[in-house]
Amino acid sequence: MSSRDTFDSNAAAFFGGVKSALTSVFCLVLMGTYIGIGALAHDFGLASWWLALSTVLVWAAPAQVILISATGAGAPLIEIAIAVSLSAIRLFPMVVALLPLLRGQGTRLRDLLLPAHFTSVSMWVESLRLLPTIQHQHRVAFCNGLSVGYMGTAATFGFVGFYLAAGLPPLLAGTLLFLTPMSFLISTARNARMMVDRLALVLGLILGALLTYLHVQLDLMWTGMVGGTLAYIVHRVREVAT
Amino acid sequence: MNAAVAELWPYLMLVLVGYLPNEIWRVLGLVLARGLNEDSQIVVWSRAVATAILAGVIAKLILFSSGALTTIPLTVRLTAAICGFLAFLAVKRSVFAGVAVGEAVLLLGGFLFTQ
Repeated sequence: MSSRDTFDSNAAAFFGGVKSALTSVFCLVLMGTYIGIGALAHDFGLASWWLALSTVLVWAAPAQVILISATGAGAPLIEIAIAVSLSAIRLFPMVVALLPLLRGQGTRLRDLLLPAHFTSVSMWVESLRLLPTIQHQHRVAFCNGLSVGYMGTAATFGFVGFYLAAGLPPLLAGTLLFLTPMSFLISTARNARMMVDRLALVLGLILGALLTYLHVQLDLMWTGMVGGTLAYIVHRVREVAT
Repeated sequence: MNAAVAELWPYLMLVLVGYLPNEIWRVLGLVLARGLNEDSQIVVWSRAVATAILAGVIAKLILFSSGALTTIPLTVRLTAAICGFLAFLAVKRSVFAGVAVGEAVLLLGGFLFTQ
């Protein structure tokens, strides 16, 4: 850890960030996740470069999964936009929490544009852990390096999943496709530390299945708004009661 | 629709219904970055909504699968997901254990019950 906190230049800090990314456990998680997403993109008939571009531009696995599955299934554009946006609200408080760590004397707003765009779960968790050990003037460079390391890994393994799914027999391709729902189910359950999050997960699973079965329009939007709000109300009622 | 438009359409869509609705929250965070903490009520609610949406997508992918996953019967997919989740709970809340067991059950079930 101690070797991380002094860098001679921004370039050294950047590559220090890349190295931290490639040696962290999140790197493995991203490989698995993006192999699954690559298989999903292939399954829904999207191009491999489209997927790579979506990784660079959207850079949020849940939003990408929604985008790929809804686009491939031919959902109305407005529904896709709403579902993607609702899944991304969590990025807002994450950016808010990250920026104070990056701001130092002489940090300009445009220096923060890239770190804000790079904000995602893996980068955010690692930044909050590592940035306090790094000198203020090198934090933005380190953070950008960390993010480029993660994003490069994700984009690369998106291609791997895409072409594996294209070449494998159906059963094995199906197993790759199953990676996305399986790993998302479990990582969401693990991240749900509060009762409200667990309840939202359960309600979302039930409502998502039910509304799809009933062919309800804008099913994802309703699943999120109704399931999430219901979980929140139960949480508030319990909080007030105790 | 001519050929050039048809080819560019998925990329235009990526920007319009993928990039922009997602990125707006990062930009808002950058512009309005003060006075919100992880426990504020609006953050708790928005996290619940995002969790429910993601859960809805997970349910759709498992229950109403498309493409290669449809060759594996629904009961096998559901059993695999449940086994994976139970393994996650049993093995110290390990994501790896859960995913590995879920995938193994899916592969075995698919091998046994797919014509």
